[in-house]
Amino acid sequence: MNAHKSAKLTVAEEKALHEERPDVAEWQLRLYVAGQTAKSIAAFENLKRVCETHLAGRYSIEVVDLLVNPRLAAGDQILAVPTLVRKFPEPIRKIIGDLSNEERVLVGLDVHPRQ
Amino acid sequence: MARPKKTTKTSLPEAPGLPKAPTGIQGLDEITGGGLPRGRPTLLCGSAGSGKTMLAAEFLVHGALQYDEPGVFMMFEESAEELAQNLRSLGVDLVRLQKQNKVAIDHVHIERNEIQETGEYDLEGLFIRLGHAIDTIGAKRVVLDTIEALFSGLPNHAVLRAELRRLFRWLKDRGVTAVITGERGEQSLTRYGLEEYVADCVILLDHRIADQVSTRRLRVVKYRGTEHGTNEYPFLIARNGISVLPITSMRLDHEAQTERVSTGIRGLDDMLGGRGLYRASSTLVSGAPGTGKSSVGASFVDAACARGERALLFAYEESSHQLLRNMASIGLDLGRWERQGLLHIDASRPTLHGLEQHLVHMYELVRELKPSVVVVDPISNLTMDRDDRLLKPTLMRLIDYLKQQGITALFTSLTSDMAADVADSQVGVSSLMDTWILLSNMAANGERTRTLQVLKSRGMPHSHQVREFVMGDGGVDLVDVYLAGDRVLTGTARVSQVAQEQAASDLRRRDHDRRLKELANHRKAIDAQIAALNAQAEERAGEVEFAIERERLTAEGASARARANAQSRDVPPPRPRVPSATPAAETPARKGAR
Repeated sequence: MNAHKSAKLTVAEEKALHEERPDVAEWQLRLYVAGQTAKSIAAFENLKRVCETHLAGRYSIEVVDLLVNPRLAAGDQILAVPTLVRKFPEPIRKIIGDLSNEERVLVGLDVHPRQ
Repeated sequence: MARPKKTTKTSLPEAPGLPKAPTGIQGLDEITGGGLPRGRPTLLCGSAGSGKTMLAAEFLVHGALQYDEPGVFMMFEESAEELAQNLRSLGVDLVRLQKQNKVAIDHVHIERNEIQETGEYDLEGLFIRLGHAIDTIGAKRVVLDTIEALFSGLPNHAVLRAELRRLFRWLKDRGVTAVITGERGEQSLTRYGLEEYVADCVILLDHRIADQVSTRRLRVVKYRGTEHGTNEYPFLIARNGISVLPITSMRLDHEAQTERVSTGIRGLDDMLGGRGLYRASSTLVSGAPGTGKSSVGASFVDAACARGERALLFAYEESSHQLLRNMASIGLDLGRWERQGLLHIDASRPTLHGLEQHLVHMYELVRELKPSVVVVDPISNLTMDRDDRLLKPTLMRLIDYLKQQGITALFTSLTSDMAADVADSQVGVSSLMDTWILLSNMAANGERTRTLQVLKSRGMPHSHQVREFVMGDGGVDLVDVYLAGDRVLTGTARVSQVAQEQAASDLRRRDHDRRLKELANHRKAIDAQIAALNAQAEERAGEVEFAIERERLTAEGASARARANAQSRDVPPPRPRVPSATPAAETPARKGAR
């Protein structure tokens, strides 16, 4: 739970940063979740870890809680949760699931792992 | 469980058992006894192009427009524009409905190649989208078309199945009436076995081609907790949407009319108790080629138009113009009725549509034109080489419909030349008809004669005689029967009989004339005699009077002379003698004269 709280904060920071300087983030990611379920928490933590490892300083993460904003689901054609959407760079890519498999997340995001 | 929740939902007053949500689709509500199970999901399965989406969309649109039940249409295959276009062809403005918050549309689209899967997930996103749409417009109806598309979009079928099960449960809990469409599978009803999850009501659509003519069919495979029609029912996607045709209206409750209408053939009216057919009855006119079926139909139409009624003629053998020309040749000017707008001739090739399509086309025309008389010429062409069994239910539906509308119908039916067994050849529909008129060709004495007989006519006395049927410049008529011994004479035999009778009557007439003339002559002779005798009598009377006069004058002369003589001698005449002598002489003479 602690981890999650800190994660929340980080997201807020990231979001604020992204809004101030939209051009700053090379990787714009959006994570759709439905409430704070175990899966969504796991997904966020996994994502955070991957990003910190491979995309440190070059990414922004926006978390959308569909329970709060249900109408946002249609825009990105969200069915499954959690779903990670790579908004930028284009093309849009989606990764569904709790992102527990780092390799597949990297493949999905088309990120070349840092050695 | 969802069950207890169901009981709290308002039910239709006409369905005391299971609450139902009417689809508003013609015929389907009849089959299902009021509609789909309210507050439960219904599975609609069928192969590609069988009309699933259309039926589901109509269910939703009718709900929004007619039953004040807004609906959510969640599409997995078509886009919203495509659906709107399809519905526009049926006269439904989907965009307007969306603006009025009566219909919400959500196009769920997943691209398999842009999705990567890692770890656990669920389809809560779908639930949220659907739930949001339902809440936004207060939807009572939901359509998921075709949710199976998810199977190709999401790799993990185990998750998907679990989620679908949850989804249907969730839909029940929400209390929405849902229609879920599914593609027809090889072995099962749906390719991915959705029937496993949706157990309340399953409707199967089918699209079959027989002899290059397609027919759509609908069957209620399962409807838990209620009675339903179990047959396959043909249905059509017509101009105004889907209409399902129940075999019959399942009841025979049309009112019987007592009014009679003329068939347009005086002789035939005479055979039918002198007053023609009952209004709203159905009549079959069957016969071999060239027996005059079309002419009977045309006469019937002509008579109706002459009464000022509207008539509708379906011609499946001749074009409208050809029919008009041919009927004009026997003195039936149908063209003037067409110009007056009383007659509508609908000529088409039977192969143009399937049987059911024809039927719906007929329905539409009848609804539009509201004729009082309908003629189908001929019904036998509608089947071509197809199974006759199909024709009977189709006709039954048509007859039922026409009867309910109070329309008098006449169907002609072609029987093959070789058909020896009359009753067998009537495409099995004769039992549906109130009146059956058989036209046949009789070959005897080296010639062919058209004959007409009334095989049956319900509810009226009718002649059992075979009449000769003639077509001439003055239309169609029946010739009076000539009985010679135990035989009805037709054709030449009849003509010769007529000639014989004509000759005999000529002879008789001459004889009478002669006798009358004789009598007149005789009378003249007598008159002459009377005149002669009268003349004789006159003559005699004249003679007598003359004689008397002469005698009187003679007597007067004598007495005058005597007086003169006496005066000249101044001697009074001897008074006592002469006066007594004169009257004595006069009296007898006067008496004789008188």
